This record gives sequence, C-alpha cells and structure tokens, in this order.
Amino acid sequence: MTAAPYVRLKGIAKRWNGQLGVEDISLDIEEGAFVALLGPSGCGKSTTLRLLAGLELPDEGTIHIDGRDVTTSAASDRNLSMVFQSYALFPHLSVAENVVFGLKVRRVPRAERQEKMARALEITGLTGLEARKPAELSGGQRQRVALARAIIAGQRLCLMDEPLSNLDAKLRNAVRKDIKKLQRDLGITVVYVTHDQTEAMSMADKVVLMKEGRIQQIGSPDDLYNRPANTFVAEFIGAPPMALMPSAQVAGFDENLTLGLRAEHVRVVPRGQGRLSCTVSEAEFLGSETLIGLDCAEASGLSVLLPGLRVMPEGEHVDVTFDDENLHRFDPSGQRIG
Amino acid sequence: MSRHVNIERRRQAIYGWLLLSPAAVLLSLFAFYPSAATFWSSLFSRGTRRNPSEFIGTENYADLFADPTFWLVTKNNLFYAGITIPVSIIIALAMALWANSKLPARGFLRTAYFTPTVLPMIAAANLWLFFYTPGLGVLDQIGALFGLPSVNWLGQPETALWAIIIVTIWKEAGFFMIFYLAALQTIPEDLKEAADIEGASRWTYTRRIVLPLLMPTTLFIMVNAMINSVKLIDHLFILTKGGPSDASKLILYYIWEMAFAFFDRPHAAAMTMLVLGVLCVVAAIQFFYLDRRTHYQ
Repeated sequence: MTAAPYVRLKGIAKRWNGQLGVEDISLDIEEGAFVALLGPSGCGKSTTLRLLAGLELPDEGTIHIDGRDVTTSAASDRNLSMVFQSYALFPHLSVAENVVFGLKVRRVPRAERQEKMARALEITGLTGLEARKPAELSGGQRQRVALARAIIAGQRLCLMDEPLSNLDAKLRNAVRKDIKKLQRDLGITVVYVTHDQTEAMSMADKVVLMKEGRIQQIGSPDDLYNRPANTFVAEFIGAPPMALMPSAQVAGFDENLTLGLRAEHVRVVPRGQGRLSCTVSEAEFLGSETLIGLDCAEASGLSVLLPGLRVMPEGEHVDVTFDDENLHRFDPSGQRIG
Repeated sequence: MSRHVNIERRRQAIYGWLLLSPAAVLLSLFAFYPSAATFWSSLFSRGTRRNPSEFIGTENYADLFADPTFWLVTKNNLFYAGITIPVSIIIALAMALWANSKLPARGFLRTAYFTPTVLPMIAAANLWLFFYTPGLGVLDQIGALFGLPSVNWLGQPETALWAIIIVTIWKEAGFFMIFYLAALQTIPEDLKEAADIEGASRWTYTRRIVLPLLMPTTLFIMVNAMINSVKLIDHLFILTKGGPSDASKLILYYIWEMAFAFFDRPHAAAMTMLVLGVLCVVAAIQFFYLDRRTHYQ
C-alpha cells in the first residue's frame, strides 16, 4: 500500500448557524476499500458524505481525493459518482437516458455512450428495460438504475447515501450482496452511509461509527464488535447490544470502571453458583437460538443466548456467570482501557 | 352476476351522475345554451322596424369576410397574441427561476412580482395611462431628462398596440410566475445534486431537467395565455378604445362595439362563433399534440 491514501479528510468541520453539523472529522480511505459511515440519525454521516461529494463546503479542514486537494472544488470536478437515498432519477427520462445523462453532459461520443450503457445495464441486470420511465419500474429496479448511473462513467470513487433504505427487507439482502460484488468486481472505492449496522458490518472493510457529529471509532467490523473504543460503540454495535455494569457491583475490580459484557459470553448456571442473580424480563425466539432478556440490579441490558427454543417464563429467577477475560473495561469517561 | 353487484353498480352510476349534475346544469345554462343560441342568431339578419329579422344562412359570415376592419382586427389580435403569449411565459419563467433560488429577500421579490396580478385590469390600465400620457406621463418625464421629444404612445397607430401589449405582459407575467413557482417547488432538490455530480452546468440542468418537468405547467399557462389574449380587453376601454384608427382594436372589443355600439347583434354573433371555433381548434392542438409529449408526474 502506498503512503498516501486515496481519500483523505483532515480536520473537517461544518456548522450551521452555530449548530453542530460535523466536527473534527479525519478519515483516510485506501483505494478499493468499502467504507461504511454508520451512526444513529442526525449523527452527521450524511453531512460527511455530502462534504466529500462537494454538495456542501466545509468550514474547516481539507479534503484530498487521489492526491489532489478538492476542498473547494465543484462536485463535478471530484471524479466521483453518487447514489442517492431517493435515487434522484430524472422522472421524465427513460432508463437509458437517465443512465447516460452524465456521459451526454460530458460530451462522450455516441458510440462509446451506447457501448458503456449496454455494459452498465448488463452488470445491473437492467437489459431490456431501456425505454421504461422510472415510474414504470419497481423499487428494486429504480435502485439498480441509480447504480447503473453511478458506475457507467467508470469513476473510481462511488458515494452511496443509504441506498437500500427504501427497499423491503428481502430485497435489501439481495441488493446488499449485489453492491458488494459490484464493488469488488469493478475495484472501486465505495463510501457508504447507513444507519443499519447489519449493512455496515456485513459489507464494509472499514466502519466509521459516528455520534453527534464526531467520529467514535474507525475500524474493521471485528474491531468494532470485539474491541469497542467506548461505551457508545459498545452499546450501538451488536444485537443485542453489549450490557454495561458499574465495576463496583462485581467483585475483584477497581471501582469507577464500567464493565461491558456480550450476550454470547453469559452462561446460565444452577442457583447459588452464579456471579449475578437476575430475573427473566422477556424471551425472544430467534430460530436457532433464544434470546433471554434479564433484569438485574447490577447491570443494565443484560441478556443471554440459549441454543434452540428455550422460552423461560417471565419473572423466573436465574443465576448467570461469565469469565473475566470476556469483559470489556471502560474508564469513567467511557473510553476503553482493555 | 349476482344481484347485489348489479345494485351496487347502479348505485355507483347514480352517485356519479349526482356528482356531475351541478356542473352540468350550470355549464349548460351559462355556456352551452348561450353558445347554441349565439350560433342560431348568427344565421339571421338584423331586424329593423321595416325589415323583420329573417333567416339568411351564412350571409353574416360572408359580410365579415368582406369587412376590412374585421381583417385588421384579426391581424391585430394575432400579433397581440403572438407577442404577449411567448413573452409573458418567458418572463414568468425567468422570474420564477430567480424567485425560487436562495435569495435574501425572496418573500419580498415574490410579492412584488405578484402585485400586478392582484390589481384589477381597469386599475392597472389607469396606472399605465399615467405612465403613457404625453407630457405629464412618467415615460415622457424620464425621456425629457435625456432630452428626448414627447411621444404620444397611445395616440399614434405605430405605438398604440405595443403600448397595450406591454400592459398585458406586465399584468400576466406575475400571475403565470406563481404557477411556475409552485411547479418548481415540486422538483426535488436532489435532482439538482445528481446533475451537479454528473457535471451538468446550471444551463444544462435547466434545459434538460427543469424545463421538461415544467412542461405540464407550461401547457396549462399556454392555454390560459391564449384565452386571455382574446378575453382580456378591459384595458382597451381605458387606454385607447381601439384607436387610433383601429390600430389597437382587438377582436373581442370589436364584437362588443358591433353588438352594443352599432347594435348589430347578428354580425357580433357571427364573429363570436368564429372566435369560438378558432379557440377550440387551437386548444385541441395544444392538448392533443403537446400533451402527448409532456411528462406528467
């Protein structure tokens, strides 16, 4: 890997009327990477993407793409493509006209345009729908038109703003795989905004988790899940999220720490042998396993996964235990210490 | 088919006719019947005390075609329509595009553009009379500052029709702008962003995306502007009364004159029928030809 990353955001800030948009965003993206910007709504992930696209200009900081400073460049000069959440298809143009719009604007010769369009439509499985108007397509097909429009020009950087949020759950799964395959086959760099952690964790090489305009953690899905940088990440990532408890409640730890524990590391043990004593608050059958939610004086959000169908009645007392090596430790400010 | 389906269907039909009837009754009473009556009376001669009215077929129409004033008025009106329709549409569109952009005084701008529409045409005409009056008028006063001679804009055949045209455009453009403004606000912001990323200039975006999406509105405005170019004659009464020497006379004004100044109802009726016929044909062309090439969302 060369020294300079393909995309570099450095100290980016954007504020609206003094209100926080994003603050101190620094992010390096290698060429060919699939980066997901993840976070709850209003965390600034879309703003970050729009700053990168050139649809907004940052108040502070610099943006480099492919070694070029594009901080104040127009969107069209950044050599990137974008898929919008609403798809932003031109409603009066046919599929073919929508897809080649950018090439036409850039005065690409007709023959080349036709050739590229045929290929883009083939890749996205839209061949045969050239003459349709967007209104005559299903949601999934529209989504693919937006994808075709994004890949036709052969830009090496593609930005996607929640491209799957308007699809139903089943289609979302299928398209998720298609996008990932597309990205790998074409070798393009993708920056992908989503609020759905399943999307981010399953597709991305690198996940950027944001909250209130600031980056909380940048890392691989494995890092975020197994080594959360702070309590926010711990509670955001994973279903169910990590349970947190003050260390004073658990024997053998310094006070003032927060301990984190994932459901898969909790074991139910016979009464009297557990480290914590809880009552069952809910039981959720997930198919291959059952998720038991626990009420516990010491810890909030504690739950345990049991194999198969193991519905426990609400209010039943259970004792649980866990190993110290599976505990995540956070200092009083919520930062990870081990 | 079972019985309840039949009853339900009949109920729906009755319901539909009931909803339709108020409009049907009013239209028949005040539009269809008068049209038919006008057509009928255009086939009779003008009755005087000595010669009672009698059926003369198309003679009234033949008279009109032989009347040089009729042709002059027709020519005036075509010219008037040919200028006012495109110019007011273009100005309305330009104003709407501007008033739709992110400006500091956007609300004020919109109100200012819309003001002429709120004024009654008679009031507007009086206002413009004040502009056009030779010597005292604003135009002459400004001209005098630059040492230009006084011009009687409304009083000479070469400028009278132009003066009328300008008043009409001034009056209509703000009204049409409101329609464009409403249509512009239905175009999602992200289309502009998508076009930006594809490298489309502002002009390309306007021409390839905005204008086609505004076509339904343009069509609506065109029909309205066309009707207005025949219908709107209030300002003629104030400004020129069709003069001088018929230079600014429009067809509806001539019809009014024929019927209520010369008391020649049959010829007025014949002329009305001709106008109706032409309007129908043009509206049909606009709807059936342009409609097919228009994208409706």
